[in-house]
Amino acid sequence: MGGILIFGELCPDGLQSITAELLAAARSLSESSGDEVAVALLGSGADAVSQEVISLGADKVYSVQDPLLENMQLEAQLAAIEAVCAQAQPSVVLVGRTHLGRDIGPRLAFRLGVGVAQDCLEVAVDSGTGRLIATRPVYGGNALARFTFPGDGAQIVVLRPKAVEPLMADSSRTGEVVAVQPALDPSIIRARLVETVSQESEGVRLEDAPVVIGGGRGIGGAEAFEMLEELARVMGGAVGASRAVCDAGWIDHSYQIGLTGKTITPDIYITVGISGASQHMAGCSASKNIVAINRDADANIFKAATYGVVGDWKNVLPSFIETVRELINS
Amino acid sequence: MGIKIIVCVKQVMDPETPASAFKVDPDSNKVIPAQGIPPVVNGFDENAVEAALRLKDSGDVDKITVISVGNNFVMDVMKKPLSMGADELILVQDESVSDLDAFATATALAKTIEHVGEYDLILCGRQASDWDQAHVAMGVAELLNLPCISLAQKLDVADGGITVQRSLTDGYEVVEAKLPAVVTVSNELGEPRYPNLRGIMQASRKTPTILSPSDLGLDADVLAPKLALTELFIPVSDKKVEIIEGENEADAGRKLALRLREEKLI
Repeated sequence: MGGILIFGELCPDGLQSITAELLAAARSLSESSGDEVAVALLGSGADAVSQEVISLGADKVYSVQDPLLENMQLEAQLAAIEAVCAQAQPSVVLVGRTHLGRDIGPRLAFRLGVGVAQDCLEVAVDSGTGRLIATRPVYGGNALARFTFPGDGAQIVVLRPKAVEPLMADSSRTGEVVAVQPALDPSIIRARLVETVSQESEGVRLEDAPVVIGGGRGIGGAEAFEMLEELARVMGGAVGASRAVCDAGWIDHSYQIGLTGKTITPDIYITVGISGASQHMAGCSASKNIVAINRDADANIFKAATYGVVGDWKNVLPSFIETVRELINS
Repeated sequence: MGIKIIVCVKQVMDPETPASAFKVDPDSNKVIPAQGIPPVVNGFDENAVEAALRLKDSGDVDKITVISVGNNFVMDVMKKPLSMGADELILVQDESVSDLDAFATATALAKTIEHVGEYDLILCGRQASDWDQAHVAMGVAELLNLPCISLAQKLDVADGGITVQRSLTDGYEVVEAKLPAVVTVSNELGEPRYPNLRGIMQASRKTPTILSPSDLGLDADVLAPKLALTELFIPVSDKKVEIIEGENEADAGRKLALRLREEKLI
């Protein structure tokens, strides 16, 4: 047995990007280990994307079918992947740190009695031991840690979304599709999802916005967001906030950027009154350019920024917005 | 007849420690404690204590027991949940239970919970601000074979069951389970209350129960790691910020916009 097993995730349109990313990571591991790469796809959407999954790097697809898999009950998804593991006996399981995956990974590990590394940026094979080395941020992003898996049990890695680029699809690739019917008992669902309430804000999603304007404790209060919203409108971007500001009630938690919060990857992230604490940087370090406006010249944000102004945002921002407006309109 | 709640907490390095004071010893792969900055109860665990206290405020709760596993506990720090209003504190303290991986920590906490005996609800913070894994609570649930709900921003208990609003990036889920259950709590629940003078006085009169790992049958085999740290380091950045200056702050703002236009970022 052995091999690499990926917990695939579907969406209404087909395959979630995370699955393609995990395939790229798996193929990279396979280059060192020679392991076969399999993907488990759960639910009725599986068959429609099996070929796509093979073209993205899978040698095998487990198409897992059961009535309980149709409405995203976590315990059903967990029991299903546990059943695939019993059949496939993988040496590595890759899961994405999605809303579902962040719980599936560790709970599967506890059920199998094996180790799990969460929110990893990188995973590689140790050429000496043949075991995995997983790299992940710790201490709120202040440090990086490398972990390995003692013993010989399955190794579970939960990978951060967008940490790995998907491979180009290769339609000449072939693979096997294996049907799995775990025959799940309804009594396994003990924490039942009864309702999902969506509160999508208008305009560009923060995670997808090419321009983000972020407000931190330094802006002093909720009213300051009016000016940040204005700048976002002028630049065609979205507004975000540090956790402190959300906890203080100045803006809703859905605007929170950070380790616990949203991860943004804009071309430009303009921070206003944000100190740049590691937990916040963990959510925005993938920004192509960070521009910082802060009163404190020693603020951590200036170590991550490309451009900065040391000063009171109340004096800096109005003329910044005015000039931006002129430049965009000219 | 109310419910009994156990809250699991962890003593951690203060996450507000400035980045400049954060240092790692490469030989031991440990963080060097910053001088003069005491540890704290993990922030999300305080949210969990707050969740328990809100249930107590609505009159549903008989007792709140706070438990922790670790070493070098600072009593002023660990008594804070008592000062906030929790009823008792149990600490499993020993060198052999410091720096455990999630599996061993969950095992130690599960044993402590079994030692407490009676419980209806186990609350934990969603993750610890040092290792940031969010695993231990789920491990406790799996080891005790209990339903588990993570990322609670609101909890309601009624008729032997719990209804949880789970935080999503845009919105929330509503999840229901029968008690006993494990629930992890996120900061969206709301700020933990400050201890008042009465709470502090009451806490000072309480003596925490201190247990050793051997009291709970926790030996080296049971605590052996399934995930082992091989390297801890602070990533080095060679980034150098370009500070834009002007005749005054307003002028600097203007020049910043012009500089960004030069770089085609606007």
